[in-house]
Amino acid sequence: MLRYIYATDLPQFPKLRDTMFRDRAEQFKTRLGWEVRVTDRGEERDEYDDLNPLYVIWELEDGSHGGSMRFLPTTGDTMVNDHFSHLTDGVRIESPLIWECTRWCLSPRADRRVSAALTLGAGELMAQNHLEHFVGVFDPRMERIYRLMGLSPDVIGRHGTGAAEIGVGLWEMKEAAFAPVLAKVGIDRATSKRWYHNSFSPVRDLIRAIA
Amino acid sequence: MTLQTESLLDSIQAAETLEAFQTATEDLRDALAVKHVVYHWVNSIGERFGAGTYSSDWVDRYLEKDYLRLDPVIFGCFQRFTPVNWKQLDWSSKGAKAMFLDALDYGLGNQGYTIPIRGPNGQFALFTLNADMDDDKWDAFIDKHGRELVLLGHEFNRKALEFEQGKETVAAPTLSPREQAAMTAMAKGYSRAQAAADLGISEHTLRVYIEAARHKLGALNTTHAVARALSSGLIIV
Repeated sequence: MLRYIYATDLPQFPKLRDTMFRDRAEQFKTRLGWEVRVTDRGEERDEYDDLNPLYVIWELEDGSHGGSMRFLPTTGDTMVNDHFSHLTDGVRIESPLIWECTRWCLSPRADRRVSAALTLGAGELMAQNHLEHFVGVFDPRMERIYRLMGLSPDVIGRHGTGAAEIGVGLWEMKEAAFAPVLAKVGIDRATSKRWYHNSFSPVRDLIRAIA
Repeated sequence: MTLQTESLLDSIQAAETLEAFQTATEDLRDALAVKHVVYHWVNSIGERFGAGTYSSDWVDRYLEKDYLRLDPVIFGCFQRFTPVNWKQLDWSSKGAKAMFLDALDYGLGNQGYTIPIRGPNGQFALFTLNADMDDDKWDAFIDKHGRELVLLGHEFNRKALEFEQGKETVAAPTLSPREQAAMTAMAKGYSRAQAAADLGISEHTLRVYIEAARHKLGALNTTHAVARALSSGLIIV
C-alpha cells in the first residue's frame, strides 16, 4: 500500500524508514554512482531530508520499503533551485502550484507494480493539493519509466553522461493518466483516495499508537 | 469569484500598512461569506505577526488558556505544507474538545481549513478560513475555492515577508529573460504552441515559465499576470 509520510512522522515507521534510506544508498550510490553521502549505517540522506519533506512510500507486505519519492514545495528551499538553476534556463522554478519531486527510488525487492504505484501517489498529491506541475531531478531510467506511465516528462536541461546523467524535468499527471496507472497497480481510484486520506486524517491513530 | 479574487490579490499587493493588510482579510471574509480569515506567522526570532478577523476577545482567551499547547490545527500543520480540513484532525482529547466548544462561544464557526505556507529559509506561516457550514457544503466550498485560497494565502505571506524586511529593501519583481519572452508572447496573443515554438522549448516548459512569472507577479492567472507585467513595464508589446 501507499503511505504519505512527513519526515517528522517517520519515527513511527522505523522499518519502512530504515529500509528506505538503505535502498536509496543502494540505488543512488552503488547502482547510479551519484556523488551522494552515505552514513556509516549505510543510509543515503541529504540536507533536504532535514526540511520535513513529504515522502510517498510503497510499503511491502513485510512492512519494508518497496519504493519511494520525496516532495518539497518550491516556495521553500529545493534542490533544483539551490543546485540546478544552470539547467533551467535561468528560471527559478517557484510557485505554490509546483512541488519538487526528488529521490525516486525503487527497492531491489520491488515488483513491477511499484513504479505505477508511485506515479499514482504523485497524481493523488497533485489532485488533492491543487498542484499544476512537478519539477524534479531525473536519471535516464526514471525518464523512461515516466514515459511508460504516460506522464510525458519534459527535460529542460541535462548534465553528465551515461549512468551519471541527470536532467531537470517537469511532469504532471492529468486526469486521463489515472485509469491506465490504476490498472497497472491493480486497484481502483477509491482505494487510492482512501490510502491518501488515511495518511492524513488519522493523526488520532498515530497518537494512540504512541500512547 | 474570479474578478473579486483579482481585486483582492491587487489590494493585498498594494497594502503598505498593517491596517490595509488587516482590511484585506476582512474583505476576503466578506467576499467568501465565511466567518473568519486569519493569517499568522511566527518568525525566526519568535515574534508573532498576524492579521485576521478573530475578535480580540478570542485572541486573548487563546493566549490566556495557552491553547497553542493543544491546538490540533497547530499540530496538524506545523512545518508541513499540505492543507488541512479541521474535521480531519483529532479533537477527541478533553482539552481539544473544550477548546473547540470555547471557540464556538467566541464566535468561530464549526468548520475550518488551514493552509500551511512554507517560505524561504524555513519560514512557516498559516492561512486559515473558518466558517459555519455542514460537512458537505464545506467540502464543496474547499473544492471550489482551493486553488484561489492557496494563491491568496501565499500573497498574504509575501506581503508579510515584505513588511518584515522593510519596504525600502524589497525589490520590485523582475522577470528572467525566458520568463519575459514567454510573457511577451502571451501579451501578443500567441497560442502556447506558437510561443513554445518561437522560444524553442516544449509547451510544458513554457507553461512552467509562465507559472513562475505568475507567481512572481502575484497574479491569479495568465491573463492577470500579463496585465500586471504590462502595467509595471516588465514587458513591452
